This record gives sequence, C-alpha cells and structure tokens, in this order.
Amino acid sequence: MSYLINSSEILQTIEMISQQHLDVRTVTLGLDLLDCADSSVDGCARKTYDKICRRAEKLVETCCGIEREFGIPIVNKRVSVTPISLVAAACREADDTPLALAMDRAAKTVGVNFIGGFSALVHKGFSESDRRLVASIPRALTETERVCASVNVASTRAGINMDAVALMGHTVRRTAELDPMGCAKLVVFANAVEDNPFMAGAFHGPGEPECVINVGVSGPGVVAHALRECQGAPFDVVAETVKKTAFKITRMGQLVAQEASRRLDVPFGVVDLSLAPTPAVGDSVAEILELMGIERCGTHGTTAALALLNDAVKKGGVMASSHVGGLSGAFIPVSEDAGMIAAAEAGVLRLDKLEAMTCVCSVGLDMIAVPGDTPAETIAAIIADEAAIGVVNNKTTAVRLIPAIGKQVGERIDFGGLLGSAPVMAVHGESAAAFIERGGRIPAPLHSLKN
Amino acid sequence: MKAIVSVFAHDTVGIAAYVTALLAEKNINILDISQTLMQEYFAMIMLVDLAACPLPFDELAAFLKERGLERSLDIHIQRQDIFDAMHRI
Repeated sequence: MSYLINSSEILQTIEMISQQHLDVRTVTLGLDLLDCADSSVDGCARKTYDKICRRAEKLVETCCGIEREFGIPIVNKRVSVTPISLVAAACREADDTPLALAMDRAAKTVGVNFIGGFSALVHKGFSESDRRLVASIPRALTETERVCASVNVASTRAGINMDAVALMGHTVRRTAELDPMGCAKLVVFANAVEDNPFMAGAFHGPGEPECVINVGVSGPGVVAHALRECQGAPFDVVAETVKKTAFKITRMGQLVAQEASRRLDVPFGVVDLSLAPTPAVGDSVAEILELMGIERCGTHGTTAALALLNDAVKKGGVMASSHVGGLSGAFIPVSEDAGMIAAAEAGVLRLDKLEAMTCVCSVGLDMIAVPGDTPAETIAAIIADEAAIGVVNNKTTAVRLIPAIGKQVGERIDFGGLLGSAPVMAVHGESAAAFIERGGRIPAPLHSLKN
Repeated sequence: MKAIVSVFAHDTVGIAAYVTALLAEKNINILDISQTLMQEYFAMIMLVDLAACPLPFDELAAFLKERGLERSLDIHIQRQDIFDAMHRI
C-alpha cells in the first residue's frame, strides 16, 4: 500500500489556517428547555441552570480536544436554547429577567462565551408570555454578560406584525439607554431559522430535537486569498473559485461537526455555510467584494458582487455537507468587518446601500451604530423595511442596530473582541412616526404573479 | 491513528535527522516523507502512524513543539483526516 503525501494540498490547508484566518467560527449546542417549565420563575430558572450545566458540561472540553488534534481553531463554543417565552409561559411573575440571569450563570459555569434563546416568536401576534419576555429584554441584556435575545416579528407566511415592529423600536432604544452594548446582543428577525448556530440570533427552535450540534464555518480570508489569484478573470471563473473554496471550508466544518457529535453523543444538526468576517485585517467580506473590482465597498456594483458571492458560497458548500442549514451565506456586519468600517468611515457605505445589500446577503442590517438621538419610531421603520425585504423575498432578514447614546455621526463606538467597533452612521431625519403608530399587521405577500 | 507532522524552519544541516530521531524515540512509524524548499525556508511533511506511540495525542503534540523550539523548528502534528476531508471527495 502506498502512502502518498500531496505536499501542496497539505501546505495549502496549513497556510489557510495560519495565514488566512480559516477557522470553525462556532460549535453551538442546541438544547430543548421545554421540560424546565414551572409555575414560579425561580423554579424555572433553577431547572434551566441545571439542565444547561448538565447537557453542555463537556462541550468546551470536547471542542478544545478537537482543536488540538485537528489543528483547526474553534473560535467560539456556544449554547442555544428553546425560546424562553415558551419555557416561561407557565410562570406567574411579570419579569423574565431571573431566567436570563440563570442562563448567564450557566454559560459561565460551562465556559461558553454566548448563550442564545432569550427569544420570542411573535410574527403573527403576542401571547402573554411573549409580552413579558419582550418587556424583560432591556433589563435582562443589561444585567447579563453572555445572554443573547432575539424576536421574530415577521414571516413570509404570516406577514409583518407591525405592533411587534413598533414595540421592538422602543425595546432597542430602551436597551441602548441602559447600555448600548445590550443592543449588540439583540436581533429583530423576519423569517428566523430554528437551527442557526451564530449569535446573537441563535435559538433552539420548537421543531428541533432534544439536543443537537450545529456548526458555523467561516473563512472570508481564504476566499479573498483565492480571488487574488484570478484578477481580471471573467465572473464564471470568480464564481467557480468561490465555490471550490467554500467546498473546502465546509468539508472542514462537516468533519468538526461529525467529530463533536460523536464525542458528545449528541446528534449532528447542520453546518451553517457562512462567511463570517472578524475585525482582523484580511478576514473581511468587504475586501472580497473589492477584490472583484469594486473600488470601495458600498459603491455601485456592490450589490451584484455580494449576490454572486452569497450564491457561490452556498453552491460550493452544499455538496460538502450532509445537512446544510442555519443562515448560510455571506454576513455583512459593519462593526465586525475592517473593510466595512473603512468604507463607512469614508462615507461610501451608507445605510441605504446596506439595506439594498441585505436583499442578497445571508441576513440583514447587522451591527450598525446609529446616532444616539435616533427616535424609536425611526428604528422601528428601519426594522419594518428590513422585514419587508425578508417577507417578500422569502429569506431571513434581521436588524441589529446600536443607538450610540451621546454620540453623533462620525464618532465611533467600541464593543471589543469579535464584536469590533462601529462608526456611527447617518439615518434619515424625516419622521416615520405616523406610519409606525398605525399598528396592526401587514398581510402576507402573494405567492404567485412574481414580478 | 495516522497523522501529518509538518516542520518549518530555515534550512540547516540535520533537520530531518533531528525530527526523525524524535519520532523514533516515541515509537512512531514514518509512512512517507516529502520535503520542499521555499526560498531558504525548509518545509518537511511526514505521514506517520501513531499506533505504537505510548503518548496521548496532546502530550505528543506538546513534546514535538517543545523539542522543535529548542532547534528553532516549528513542528506541528495534526490528524490526517482534516487534509483528506478538505481535498478529497
């Protein structure tokens, strides 16, 4: 039997990891908490803490073992849980914050850096429990460090719950007034997915099994490196290059997912094929778009470049994994991408262009700082626009805005670590208050006569 | 278990001898060796079999790293599966 080494392949993998920031962005353990229901919030919090600690006890240790043996960095280990509005439905108390505190304590005990699922699904309307949860969000996010919250306000099947949109405008604003950092952990969704491993929008959907391993891959730096080799080539070559690179990245994610699933004895759920940037130089989605020939991300042509990238990532990745899911595509978070920050600071990348880009990216308006005096109704109107894009185009969209209290356009707000820092971007000054005050629901769109 | 050992260093006399002696010391069988020079930089890749190695993987990786640094060599060991997964359908 011959053992042939293909040095160029091995060196390519080593170079991707050491020079091009290739990593597994997250291994996320999804956990069902419906059996933690209790008529008292303290009882529910105790069961929640115990269950997370019991089921996620070995998550971090196991992932660290995989990292060492395969030589692949697994940057984040995380937990997502059943939307807490469902878990807390039987509680008599008016405030769900004790549950967020229990999640935060559990996250610290098991050593994960974020825990997602302080969530409610209200795309068609609110239950009493949903209202309690949303009302608890500002305090819960301020008093915890690692808890992430999300609220789904719209879906293609149900339309847009404009009462929820208006309420979330106020909730984002109130959270920012307590601590702008809280808004970095709060996502407002349309068409939220149940198996997303990425924060801050991860939750363990009601259709998911008891416990599941979902893995999010990354690798903008690897794609950028590959595109440097095909300068001036036609788009057919660009698309093929992105596909081949995405295939390799995803195979690595699939291997890690299977290994984590086997070692933890937890079923494998999905690999999320995402290009998730980090603030590190050379790990930027904006840079990929610029390598395609866009002088600065945000100028004309950016949306077409992003559409090609998003589609090619999915096409390349889908054959590399047995189950693909989550958000899958290219993320465009402003604060977490050095190229986006530079483009925003140069005044080329503006909110309106970002909104257009969300029609073809994997999620939505992400990690965008807006002036501290932005009214709640304007935030709600931005959420409504984004939800409309998601609902009509049958895709997930989301809004993660950070009103930078006390700051104006041109200033910068720092979050630290993976969350990066964001330049405060301008919003339109004209009011949409009368539009938001109407309330009610925007009906679900027609599913035929597509033009 | 099969693994890939990669060694990066400035090219000097005796790198292969030094590294193979380290592997022999831990009863590791070398299945294949490939080496290339990238400018003055030396890159050696070995496919090894850890079946008879008494050390757990983590300790072996730490041992190779530490003993490599004594000679200014950058030595890594990774399970072979990762390379197969990325480059083979």
